[in-house]
Amino acid sequence: MKSFSWRFIRVWQRNRDVFFRLWRSEIPVMVAEPIIILLAMGLGLGTYVGVVNGQSYIEFVTPGVIAGYAMFSASFECTYGTFIRMEHQRTYDAIIVTPLNIEDVTAGEIFWGATRSLLTGSFILAVAAAFQLVHSPWALLILPVSFLTGIMFAAIAVLYSSLVPSIYSFNYYFSLFITPVFFFSGVFFPLSSFPEIIQKLSWIAPLTPVVQLNRALISGTLTTDLLPALAYITGLAFVFFAISLRTMRRRLIV
Amino acid sequence: MSIIKTNNLTKKFRELVAVDDVNLEVISGECFGLLGPNGAGKTSLLRMIVAASPPTSGDIWVLGHNLRTDSRQVKANLGVVPQLDNLDEDLTVIQNLVTFARYFDLPKEEAKQRSREILSLFELENKHDSRINELSGGMKRRLLIARGMINQPRLLILDEPTIGLDPQAKHLVWRKLAELKSQGVTQLLCTHNMEEAADICDRVAIMNLGKILSLDTPQKLVIRHVGKTVYVIEVTSEEKNNVKEKLKNLGLDFEVVDNRIHLFHIDSDVVIKDLGTSLISLQRRPGTLEDVFLRLTGRTLIE
Repeated sequence: MKSFSWRFIRVWQRNRDVFFRLWRSEIPVMVAEPIIILLAMGLGLGTYVGVVNGQSYIEFVTPGVIAGYAMFSASFECTYGTFIRMEHQRTYDAIIVTPLNIEDVTAGEIFWGATRSLLTGSFILAVAAAFQLVHSPWALLILPVSFLTGIMFAAIAVLYSSLVPSIYSFNYYFSLFITPVFFFSGVFFPLSSFPEIIQKLSWIAPLTPVVQLNRALISGTLTTDLLPALAYITGLAFVFFAISLRTMRRRLIV
Repeated sequence: MSIIKTNNLTKKFRELVAVDDVNLEVISGECFGLLGPNGAGKTSLLRMIVAASPPTSGDIWVLGHNLRTDSRQVKANLGVVPQLDNLDEDLTVIQNLVTFARYFDLPKEEAKQRSREILSLFELENKHDSRINELSGGMKRRLLIARGMINQPRLLILDEPTIGLDPQAKHLVWRKLAELKSQGVTQLLCTHNMEEAADICDRVAIMNLGKILSLDTPQKLVIRHVGKTVYVIEVTSEEKNNVKEKLKNLGLDFEVVDNRIHLFHIDSDVVIKDLGTSLISLQRRPGTLEDVFLRLTGRTLIE
């Protein structure tokens, strides 16, 4: 099996340049949506919910929103973004006849997707800190967790993109995978509020351990329970990364 | 010195044999043309040579490296101009070149300078900051070739470089390719534009159904397969068989297409006179690469 080289950075740089060239359309979206959901859920719904697990609702929901939007950022980037570059703009075809190989391109896409997650996570965390919703310096570790979450979801998205025939296939990806994961990972309510069967299923969802980690980091209540969560997302990130390198080669190098 | 060498190169897609046991050698400094109808295997062959497609069997050496083991070194010295425009639509004209230069590890300042130089070489300097979708077809094609030159490649590979261009743009591209050749850049191009092949290629290989049918200079291919002069005679339907019989008896090399008969390898008008009054019209013209192409690859459509 072929692995990627340091040259993946060239693809990352290309995507970064495009992001900053298009910042007028990229940044407002990145900033507005999580803030809206935070305000709507935290303040709107929060006034009805009151206190969850001894916290105000907005405090409860903030780390989950960071996790969820880290997921969304990488997922959008590496589904629609990746697919358009791959199939519609044929950007990869041009890159793979330079010294870069398809594995470098794939890794560059995944690391860029993860960078988007990191940017989104940083932004929401900064806003949360400004509203005094962050209670521990451990919260800074949410940034590497966001990056890792980004790698995991970017790799899953690239894998899916490498298999599907058309851009319409992503409707399934979002309505049958991303959206359920967002709602069943403990972002908006504790998992304990679900029936037992759904509680068990929700532990398959790769966002659940991220929410758990973020929630512990933002309040500074670290326990050894977090290690399996960290191991789980690290493991998934590695596995999906490795598979996506292969499936991308199989799709494009024919 | 050979720049490209393939050894029993074969590419199969399930049952379809796209490239069938091809042995090809491209020599340093030449412009080599691959000619063939759609589906002949030209693009499959090119894709293997640029390491974008693994051969089913056989070997390829490019610039002295075996492509199986040293594809990165090869690709670093390669310029590729694809058939489909794959310019980076998310970037401006100049950013396209600078970003591409970065894939080849050119340092930033050098990349910028080289990009500007190459833009003016291809007469695109006033499109410096344009977006890709603001360019005309001819400009895009020139930019694609310019992009292929960014790393000062020793070998340039072009897939249908002038397809869809107006005559002005086409001739500009040909002039640029001639210039590059004079600077010692070896070129491999595939085309089904006969004029292009005859004009700019030193040697031409005619491909069909994955095989190379004939390979030589354009002039020699013409002389070998159709002769310097071709006669086209038009006959009535009633007379057709009669005339065919006569031509056969004279031992002539001919091909019948509907009511027209193409006569090849004829040195004088003498034989034609024997055919007498049965002709509607007679046309005498120089043999062309197109005649060679149609003779070798057949007149039926291949889809």
